[in-house]
Amino acid sequence: MKRLICALVGLMLSLPAAAGSKVIATGGSTSIEGAAGGGIVPWAVINGYASSGQWSVNSFTSRVGVDDFTLQNFGIGASYNNQWEVSLTRQKFNLDTIGGDLQQDVLGLKYHIAGELLYTSLPQISVGLQYKKHRNSGLPLAVGAQNDSGTDVYLAASKVYFGAVAGRNLLLNATIRATKANQIGLLGFGGANHNNYQYMFESSAAVLLRPDLAVGIEFRQKPNNLAFADEEHWRDIFVGWFINQNFSVVGGYVDLGSIAGLAQQQGYYLALEATF
Amino acid sequence: MKASLIKASLMKASSLSGLWLSLCLAVFGVTALSGCSQTASKDHLYQQLGSTVGIEKIVDALLVEIENDPQIVHHFRDTDIARFRKLLIEQLCELSGGPCKYTGVSMQESHTGFKITQADFDNLVRHLMKVMTEQNISIAAQNQLLGLLAPMYGDVVYR
Repeated sequence: MKRLICALVGLMLSLPAAAGSKVIATGGSTSIEGAAGGGIVPWAVINGYASSGQWSVNSFTSRVGVDDFTLQNFGIGASYNNQWEVSLTRQKFNLDTIGGDLQQDVLGLKYHIAGELLYTSLPQISVGLQYKKHRNSGLPLAVGAQNDSGTDVYLAASKVYFGAVAGRNLLLNATIRATKANQIGLLGFGGANHNNYQYMFESSAAVLLRPDLAVGIEFRQKPNNLAFADEEHWRDIFVGWFINQNFSVVGGYVDLGSIAGLAQQQGYYLALEATF
Repeated sequence: MKASLIKASLMKASSLSGLWLSLCLAVFGVTALSGCSQTASKDHLYQQLGSTVGIEKIVDALLVEIENDPQIVHHFRDTDIARFRKLLIEQLCELSGGPCKYTGVSMQESHTGFKITQADFDNLVRHLMKVMTEQNISIAAQNQLLGLLAPMYGDVVYR
């Protein structure tokens, strides 16, 4: 983490600010699975600041630290034409009190179908997929998952309402995800309770106190596939600061419910992103 | 004992997610309501932009931004800048509830043939935000004006 921060600061000092045309913060942050969004929910926005005919690249690292687990994510992504987004993310999940760790890779793809976040009455609508695969299938299969890889498909709608809350802009996002994943795939895919795709609802609401400063809440519905332990819905509150078109930082408080039989997993969320 | 504990924690979880959902719904409700207050406070926007003098300052600073932006300046190659300035001041004045009448043609008509892209439009929005911030226009007033201008997107780009 420290090394990454140093690398980011180094980049900040050395690289020219070759950013795109999009308005500050409209590329969102990068969610834990690598898609542009909030912290735990992918939004319909396309990562970075590339507008029509432009492209951008981004890298991010984020960390979720709750009572008995730590999730570290880092990834890279690219976007073109404010329409296509591709991302590759590695998730490292540490079972701090149980012992051990596991790693999952996520390949993400998102396509902006219709609407413009700021300009049209129709919300911006995007469709995305996330192909997830464990680097070592031992743990997910040991807890009763049917598979060590899986693909989530989602449809997201995002819209900014100008001056909606005390003169501040409001971003609302709703996402429907078809998934078999247990704890976003960290505990594999499918289980004894369910082994079919289920639709899950995810939502975010954020108020932009300034064009570059957002505070928000998120909710992510979760399936409950595994027999050995209950899975609960996730939620968070966050503050995001879009320092400029190249750097953003997001901090939050997360409540991940019960994970692998350990109840009330709560803690912090921190994400850093660099975009060019 | 264990079963009841699990049941209790599940109940807690479901009531918490209910709370979260109602928070989200409440925010949706606020949005719907604020649609009304926005029109009610429209009269004040003209004053918040600094009346005609303030709007002239905004437009003049915006013209400087346009002049220095290679992405969009070429669209103005054949434009009568004095006339463009006058019409833009009229338009912002009328739009913000001021005592003016926009005398130009429709947005769609005035932009047809220019092939303005989303990137061009985004740049102009960023310039406007920068200029308004430099003129110390409040964030609420900035957002209100942007909210009035945003719907013109469809009449301006890719025409």
